[in-house]
Amino acid sequence: MVVPRPTLKWYERLYLPALYAGLRVTLGHLFSWRKSGVYGDKTRDQQFKATLNYPEELWTVPPGYRGAPYLVSDSKGNTKCVSCQLCEFVCPPKAIRIVPPGLDGPPADRPPAEKMPAEFEIDMLRCIFCGYCEEVCPEEAIFLAKDYYAGYDPKLMRRDYALTATRRGDLVFNMRELLERGGTHADGHGKWEHKQREADDQQTFPLKG
Amino acid sequence: MPAPATTETKPAPAAPPPIEKIKIKVDGREIEVPKLMPDWQGKPQPTTMLQACDLAGVEVPHYCYHPKLAVAGNCRMCLVEFGTPSMGPDRRPALNDDGTPKIAKSVLPYEPGTPRGAISCATPVSPGMEIYPSSPATKQMREAVLESLLVNHPLDCPICDQAGECKLQEYSVEHGQAQSHFVETKVHKPKAVDLGPRIMLDDERCILCTRCIRFTRDIAGDDALGIVNRGSFNTIAAWSEGGFDNNYTLNTVDLCPVGALTSKDFRFQMRVWFLKETKSVCASCATGCNIVVSSREERIYRFVPRENNAVNDCWMCDQGRLNHRWVGRADRLKDVLVRGQKSTWDVALGDIAGRLHRAAPGSVAIVASARLSNEELFLIKTLADRLGALTDSVPRDGAGDSLLVHGDKNPNSNGARIAGIAGAPMGSRLPQIAEGIASGVIRTLFVLGEDVTRHGISAELLARLETLIVSDILPSATTAAAHLLLPGCAHLEKHGSFTNAGGRVQKFMKAVEPPGDARAEWEFLSELISGKGAPGAAPTLEGVFAKMAAALPAYSKVTWGGLGETGATIALP
Repeated sequence: MVVPRPTLKWYERLYLPALYAGLRVTLGHLFSWRKSGVYGDKTRDQQFKATLNYPEELWTVPPGYRGAPYLVSDSKGNTKCVSCQLCEFVCPPKAIRIVPPGLDGPPADRPPAEKMPAEFEIDMLRCIFCGYCEEVCPEEAIFLAKDYYAGYDPKLMRRDYALTATRRGDLVFNMRELLERGGTHADGHGKWEHKQREADDQQTFPLKG
Repeated sequence: MPAPATTETKPAPAAPPPIEKIKIKVDGREIEVPKLMPDWQGKPQPTTMLQACDLAGVEVPHYCYHPKLAVAGNCRMCLVEFGTPSMGPDRRPALNDDGTPKIAKSVLPYEPGTPRGAISCATPVSPGMEIYPSSPATKQMREAVLESLLVNHPLDCPICDQAGECKLQEYSVEHGQAQSHFVETKVHKPKAVDLGPRIMLDDERCILCTRCIRFTRDIAGDDALGIVNRGSFNTIAAWSEGGFDNNYTLNTVDLCPVGALTSKDFRFQMRVWFLKETKSVCASCATGCNIVVSSREERIYRFVPRENNAVNDCWMCDQGRLNHRWVGRADRLKDVLVRGQKSTWDVALGDIAGRLHRAAPGSVAIVASARLSNEELFLIKTLADRLGALTDSVPRDGAGDSLLVHGDKNPNSNGARIAGIAGAPMGSRLPQIAEGIASGVIRTLFVLGEDVTRHGISAELLARLETLIVSDILPSATTAAAHLLLPGCAHLEKHGSFTNAGGRVQKFMKAVEPPGDARAEWEFLSELISGKGAPGAAPTLEGVFAKMAAALPAYSKVTWGGLGETGATIALP
């Protein structure tokens, strides 16, 4: 098949109009004093800037930002995941791998929950950040989050939106890493603690309530 | 229940009299149902509304009812609205204006506007009866019953092993309400109760359907379970702590419609929706219980019995059910070894073919396990006939019981007998083979799936052989002495068929991939016999089966396709 080569007009052959068309957006930003909505939450200084000195300067992600899926702990630092494996089931690219505890596995952090994964891995290279895992989780244990985890060092590179590593294996996060990045999530209802309290109360007579 | 079933129709009387049919209506559709139908013991009893609805193809939800257990009628889930033809004051059937019989719907006696359902599992049908399993009243009854069953249910599906195959979940989706009227605190009962060595009980999840109690009392013959405490504090209990210990306890886990009884072996191992289900047969004894093998990513997680009324009904023994861990053992034979060196199938099979070709007639003996499939034993017999080889299998006797466990622990002893591999009795030619090796007559021994050092052919004798070809699954003293070692497959890793103690030919399908270079025995045997890619070779198992059926008169009436999922019974020679 022969692709016909277009014959260019003389002004097209100058390439200057094409150069101008390409630079127009950049130049528009350069000479614009319009306030950038993207940097609304930044300092006044930065509000008028169109570019960032990445990676020294980092974009502050907006509040509703849905980043990578991480596991969260409850307010007492207990693992919330009960290894029901619904996220593993629903995950379209099969990025999640859970090793259930079995009969002799590690005991759950919260005794009434009986169960907690022996291992939990998410391959961030496979993850498509769809959020199904967060949606399906019956225990509110996995969230697509920004990572401002406890002990975060602002001098180090933020990982909010930059999942970077030098080896593939480094982007397969295990349970410890996922919990560290997920931080805590206080759900307020404390389902399992509530169950335990109810059960304990029923051990005494007359029953309370 | 009778001993291991051998015939197609078990307890049916010799010449059943023709059963009268009666006409009823299910959801307005007229159908004819037999007046009597077999109950859980197979005895003819008046047909129940549930059975009639089943015949009409209408599903009635139920928990406590099980076709193989006595009717208890305690869960109330199968309540249906119904009506019967009414009588006039003249004691004659009342008729509508159009001449059809007038149906009086069952209503509360003190509240004639309110339908009064009946539990369909225990209410017999009568001529002219109308059942309304889809009516609004029936629907309301189901919703109310389900709501009351869920009153104290902990709703801990995320940590419940039953999730995914739970009748409470299924019926809640189909018949449940999103909201409960119940506002009080749920009654909390003991969780993770150790009921027996293989069973864990969660009392909160139990709906007290008593299926487990009826099974273990009526079928297993061990009255170990009962209900203790009063009212909302009702709990299932074993007669003593951890006392639920017979060889059939795990059937109660299958029977349990909710997640109350769970198997310790399967507890927190894998969620059921990941499991691939493969129809197979248990190979732990000659009964050949039909099973479903649940596996995920080439790992076997559990065996579950599969209904076959000619063999095991819906049950299987705990021993057979838990006999699956060895398949994934790390020390499985994975490599083809020629004189201890890793080799390839082509090299090894070429070597074997050459050696067998050169061997003098009568200088070869074959010991083939009765754990191999019919097709493999047939191929071995073909090879033995060609070589004039002495063959035998190893008998494996143990304790049996009156329910399912057979004394013969080989799954395919009859297959070995029909193929002509086994001596009469099985194992009687093993001393002959040992003598032959000792006297130097037998120079080549081919062992498939057995450790012959434990059956009369010592390691010293094996050392005298010119050629020792061994195909096995796990390492043993025999595989250690092998000149040529061929890694074989467990029956869960290949297709094939077994002939059980009663002469039922049953097929098993491949559930998982064999490890490493291991190959199905029938594959390399047919390659060894016919040469790789030879025109006479049967490259498929169906082909081997067809050849076998043509060669062995016992199998002349069966075909691979005709075996179906539950097998076919042949006359044992």
